[in-house]
Amino acid sequence: MSNQFSPADLIVRGLTKSYNGHPAVLRGIDFAVSAGERVALIGANGAGKSTLLRCCMHLIQPDSGDVDLCGTRLEGLSARKLRAVRSQVSFVFQKHNLVPRLSALTNVLQGAIPRTRFGSAWFQGLASEALRMEAMLCLERVGLTHVALQRADKLSGGQSQRIAIARALMQRPRLIFADEPAASLDPVAGDEVMSLFSELVRAEGLTMIFTSHDLTHALNYADRIVALRGGVVVLDAKCSELDLKTLRALYE
Amino acid sequence: MSNASDVPGLSKLPDRFERIGVGAFIAYVVVLTFFIWSVNKTGVSLKDLVGGFPQMGRLIGEMLPPSTARLEPVGWALLETFQMALVGTVVGVLLSVPIAVLATPHLSPHPVLYHMARNLIAFFRTVPDLVWALIFVVSVGLGPFAGTLAIVIDKIGFCGRFFAEAMEETDRGPQEALTAMGAGRFSLIMCSVFPAAMPSFINTSLFSLEKATRSSVILGLVGAGGIGIELKVAMDLFNYDEAATIILAIFALVVLVERVSSLLRKKML
Repeated sequence: MSNQFSPADLIVRGLTKSYNGHPAVLRGIDFAVSAGERVALIGANGAGKSTLLRCCMHLIQPDSGDVDLCGTRLEGLSARKLRAVRSQVSFVFQKHNLVPRLSALTNVLQGAIPRTRFGSAWFQGLASEALRMEAMLCLERVGLTHVALQRADKLSGGQSQRIAIARALMQRPRLIFADEPAASLDPVAGDEVMSLFSELVRAEGLTMIFTSHDLTHALNYADRIVALRGGVVVLDAKCSELDLKTLRALYE
Repeated sequence: MSNASDVPGLSKLPDRFERIGVGAFIAYVVVLTFFIWSVNKTGVSLKDLVGGFPQMGRLIGEMLPPSTARLEPVGWALLETFQMALVGTVVGVLLSVPIAVLATPHLSPHPVLYHMARNLIAFFRTVPDLVWALIFVVSVGLGPFAGTLAIVIDKIGFCGRFFAEAMEETDRGPQEALTAMGAGRFSLIMCSVFPAAMPSFINTSLFSLEKATRSSVILGLVGAGGIGIELKVAMDLFNYDEAATIILAIFALVVLVERVSSLLRKKML
């Protein structure tokens, strides 16, 4: 495990999870991610990548094990404290998960909900100049200021995912989780989204953990790769020590 | 001509109908018997219907031409009817929203509140609006206020249920996104549930207004305001030409409300 970064933004110990009666999806996961590190989680369909990411934020409650996120142990936290920890982490989903019928700008602005006064970041029409300006800057960073007032459900897949990234930036996170951010896009849009993502994360000095089925994405955009198989970590190594062939072998 | 045996491994074609059990057979017989008895009991008779035609013809004859003598009071009563429907619907819709949130499984803050909200909505819905009108006439007195209250309660029963269903069916993805960023329940509802359920809310509300317009006519019959009482008086006094005017006025109002509502639906959705 690499120790050049510190302190750890995420520490997972002995995490297990099974869905009512089915064989366990996660059977004792241990790994840590240091601040500023970019980690790719890989593994076949059903290996538990998405479940692991969600367990790390307690979006899904793990059966056992500990999660330390941004220096806070999540087990037994009150709802309010859990929200405070989550607010430091942006989650980008495979299917962008923008709110349809609301404008791109409002969707981005909503990234500020956890850190602003109640109700002040709900809709762009009600937000302060400063917040609107910040949201426009986030849109500018993903190159989409021209669609600010378009409805989220009228945008293309690639645009939607970029809006979702802008929303993630608006949150001013310390850490970004991304669950196959490029998987629902065509190869070109997928590459664009990943390189944009990676540039922004690097520029902001954020920690990033993303899952991917695209092994070249994993090798190109991560510092380290963690591979899951059968609910356990079967590989945890720096990208510089890995090649495509080694990674492919994990799926056989 | 092909036989079942033409299909390899098949000795006989599948049955056309499923065989029914003894229990199901008895149930069918009971239901059919009850229906026949009901037809008999309600005095359905072709002879009476045919015999009633001349009478109906006479009534229509007396209705024509519709009287224009009391156009002004009829107009005011019609306006009052619509005002009852409008105020009752708007207040009912507004009250429905929080109750519906409590009655939506994944949004309700507590199972006890969820069941209370569900039962309240079910109770409001199962008691007919005419009964509510009778209750309010006794408690707040004759007049449009009683009718408006009856409409409010009826709308909570109607919209509460459909709003809750609409919110339950919304895509959970955007809601998960807001939960993941640390947004609270209220922000989540305002920012992702309401926008997603809005088309359904608007549709249900407009439909409610149409329904309320029709029912506010009936509510007048028990003295809860509106044009219903005018119609009843006209009929009771055998002023059939005046009754015709009132019926035509009601017809015009209902058609107008339906037209405007479908126009709004097209504009807003």
